[in-house]
Amino acid sequence: MRSTPRSGRARGSLAITFAAALVLTACGSGDGATSDGATDGIARPGGTLTFAVGSYAGCVDPHQVGSNDTIYSLRQIVDSLTDQDPATGKIVPWLAESWEVSPDAKTFTFRLRPGVTFSDGTPVDARAVKDNFDAALKLGAKASLATGYLSGYVATEVRDDLTAVVSFGQPNAQFLQATSTFSLGLVAGTSVRKTPDQRCTDGVVGSGPFVLDGYLANQSITLVKRKGYNWGSSLWRKPGEAYLDRVLFTVVPEAGVRTGSLASGQVDAIGSVSLADEAALGAGGGVDLRARANPGVVFNLGLNNSGPALRDVAVRQAIQVALDRRQIVDTVYPTGSKPATSILAHTTPYYRDLGAQLTFDQARAKSLLDAAGWRVGGDGIRTRDGARLSLSVGWFANAATNQPSLELIQQQLRAVGVEITLKELQLAKIAQVQQAGDFDALWGNITRADPDILRATYSTGLANVYRLAPGPLDAVLTEQAATVDQAKRQALVDQAQELIVRDAYVIPVVELTTALGVSKKVHDLGFEASSRIQLHDTWKS
Amino acid sequence: MRRYVIGRLGQAVLVLWAAYTLSFLVLDFLPGDPVSAMAGGGLDQASVDPAQLEALKREYGFDKPVLVQYADYLGRALRGDLGNSVATGQPVTTTIGDALPQTLALTGAALLLAVVFGTGLALAATYTSTRTLRQLLLSLPALGVSLPTFWVGLMLVQLFSFRFHLLPAFGNDGLGSLILPAVTLAVPTGALLAQVLAKSLFTALDEPYVQTARAKGVGRVRVHLRHALRNAALPALTIVGLLVGNLLAGSVVVETVFSRNGIGRATVSAVTVQDIPVVQGVVVFGALVFVGVNLAVDLVYPLFDPRIVVATTATRRRSLV
Repeated sequence: MRSTPRSGRARGSLAITFAAALVLTACGSGDGATSDGATDGIARPGGTLTFAVGSYAGCVDPHQVGSNDTIYSLRQIVDSLTDQDPATGKIVPWLAESWEVSPDAKTFTFRLRPGVTFSDGTPVDARAVKDNFDAALKLGAKASLATGYLSGYVATEVRDDLTAVVSFGQPNAQFLQATSTFSLGLVAGTSVRKTPDQRCTDGVVGSGPFVLDGYLANQSITLVKRKGYNWGSSLWRKPGEAYLDRVLFTVVPEAGVRTGSLASGQVDAIGSVSLADEAALGAGGGVDLRARANPGVVFNLGLNNSGPALRDVAVRQAIQVALDRRQIVDTVYPTGSKPATSILAHTTPYYRDLGAQLTFDQARAKSLLDAAGWRVGGDGIRTRDGARLSLSVGWFANAATNQPSLELIQQQLRAVGVEITLKELQLAKIAQVQQAGDFDALWGNITRADPDILRATYSTGLANVYRLAPGPLDAVLTEQAATVDQAKRQALVDQAQELIVRDAYVIPVVELTTALGVSKKVHDLGFEASSRIQLHDTWKS
Repeated sequence: MRRYVIGRLGQAVLVLWAAYTLSFLVLDFLPGDPVSAMAGGGLDQASVDPAQLEALKREYGFDKPVLVQYADYLGRALRGDLGNSVATGQPVTTTIGDALPQTLALTGAALLLAVVFGTGLALAATYTSTRTLRQLLLSLPALGVSLPTFWVGLMLVQLFSFRFHLLPAFGNDGLGSLILPAVTLAVPTGALLAQVLAKSLFTALDEPYVQTARAKGVGRVRVHLRHALRNAALPALTIVGLLVGNLLAGSVVVETVFSRNGIGRATVSAVTVQDIPVVQGVVVFGALVFVGVNLAVDLVYPLFDPRIVVATTATRRRSLV
């Protein structure tokens, strides 16, 4: 799964220099406070929104793309069966007016809203639902998000024009949330029948509030308003069509140029704002910074629980309390980012605050390691039976924050006698490293607005990348996937989070925060439940 | 002359083949593979079904032995088919072809600026008789070569785009958006040209024929432009090949800073996701341009100075014996 911002790689120092230059030349000063435009009069239709993003994924099919920068645009051209309330995590109607989930969480019956069409005029009906899900599986590894959501898929039955019944071979409670994601957004039959490469290069036809008007590789994606759109999500404020006539997503890879363009009014919004860019934006005064934590598994040190030292729960727990998460967040991450308070980010449905167990306690870390027989050696690193307490952490250059975070972690762990060596890996190598178990720890996160991500990641019955020993966690994770009752599921997911944090199977560190810079002329540009954007209600003054 | 041309052509083909083979080997030695990159694609930790990965690898032919892959690729490349991009599915020739006009416009404009200003600077520095001015002018090329291209670009954007709102900061829409990137790219190229030209102008001005001309009472400007510049142009011509290389390499940075959709940008994206066919295509294309330009220069030489063919052929004959 993919969603971390991509830009800014290896350009940190450049961005800082440039930010300084911007601050020097920027005129005026602003309050930097956020506003949602309530004071700026009544929403008005029309206008073009220009949005500068850092990268281009090389594909304009929302089923095959996962990078935030490209999803910002492609999310707008497809509708989903359901939507998810970013405030409560609740699943609400969109293309489906209602649905039923069987008690065993194996069968999902969706009743579609009548009168909905794709932008080529064909109807959005039960047949389209079936065609989409069948095709998504055929995309295989090219659509890893969608195929993950559909794991165990048996078939979709077209009961009548507007009733589709999706069934799975095993309980799959997360599927309902999955139907709210862009990865399972519906596309027209003409798009379904194309080859994956054709879908990438030609784009797809959806039923969304915007239509793909054109795109230039590595350069821009243009959307126009869908005339007559009248089937928006039940969460949206404006009935009917979107406000904006056009949206132009332009690719500006250099962070300094992106922030400068926003500060000087050449674009209306930008993605991937880093801590270094904030000074430049704050000085102009015409810009709001918007940040929201990505739901799912927080950035963590994914420990290899079968390692000689890490097999010992005391060592893992010592590492867990030896980290000063607040310092990491304040030093490295954009304003608004939060230290991890569970293995799930606080924006994930069923999240539980376990912050008390994740507070910085150096003394406890030391005493845990002492008790486990690790004695401080001459160079300050602990040893036991001649072995040094030295761990290598594999990481990927997928976010500019990774390296500085890990260097701080390195210092913090050194203070309790644990040596960390950093090993940068090729992004492409991730699957191999995970399969081979050839690591002490891996640095990473997973964006997903459903707690079932814990089962996918930590159940010993599945890939079990972190080599957990089978235990009570397995049963809890399996049960929550089969539970449709909210209260029951909450209790089970609570238990899962507690078990993971208590035994420190992996070390939660910081929540990934998606940060946008938005001109004060732009109103109601907000985050949806997965911390991507939805532009139907957005307007410009 | 015929032998000279054939020799140069043979060298060109050899260089192309070597560039292709080397890039293939280097890419093959990189850890990971493009298919995992495409599936993991990204960025959060992905767990992709290994069976699906294998299927994809088979589809793209990455499961075959390296030598077979190499032969496959080379065979198709010889027929002008550079394969399809792993990231977009488009033919590599289309990817390069789409990006080419932007890069041509950028490098062409930059080369023009570099030649005009580089020559002007060299002439001014060698012509002036004020010592301090000459020192100042002569230090400019060194400065121009040593300034980081991205820094120059960012400072220009900062000033002309963000501060005075005169020119666009990014994109490749029309002449306005071409000015800043072309100037940025022309700085190191023009500086290099000025350095070489100034040096050979000084040498030429010391030659006996210049002194003869002066003694005959030919004016200073005329001596400078007609006699010295003409003879000093040959060494400058030699580095045109180098300049083209400079421009292509510089376009990677300039196209990224100014968000221009050219070959440089395409290369950066391709390398990021290990889109091997595209990287290969760009390497071959770059080598082709470089070889082509140098070949043209080699072939133009004898027109300026017939002694060159004689000398080369003579050397070759000696070494064969």
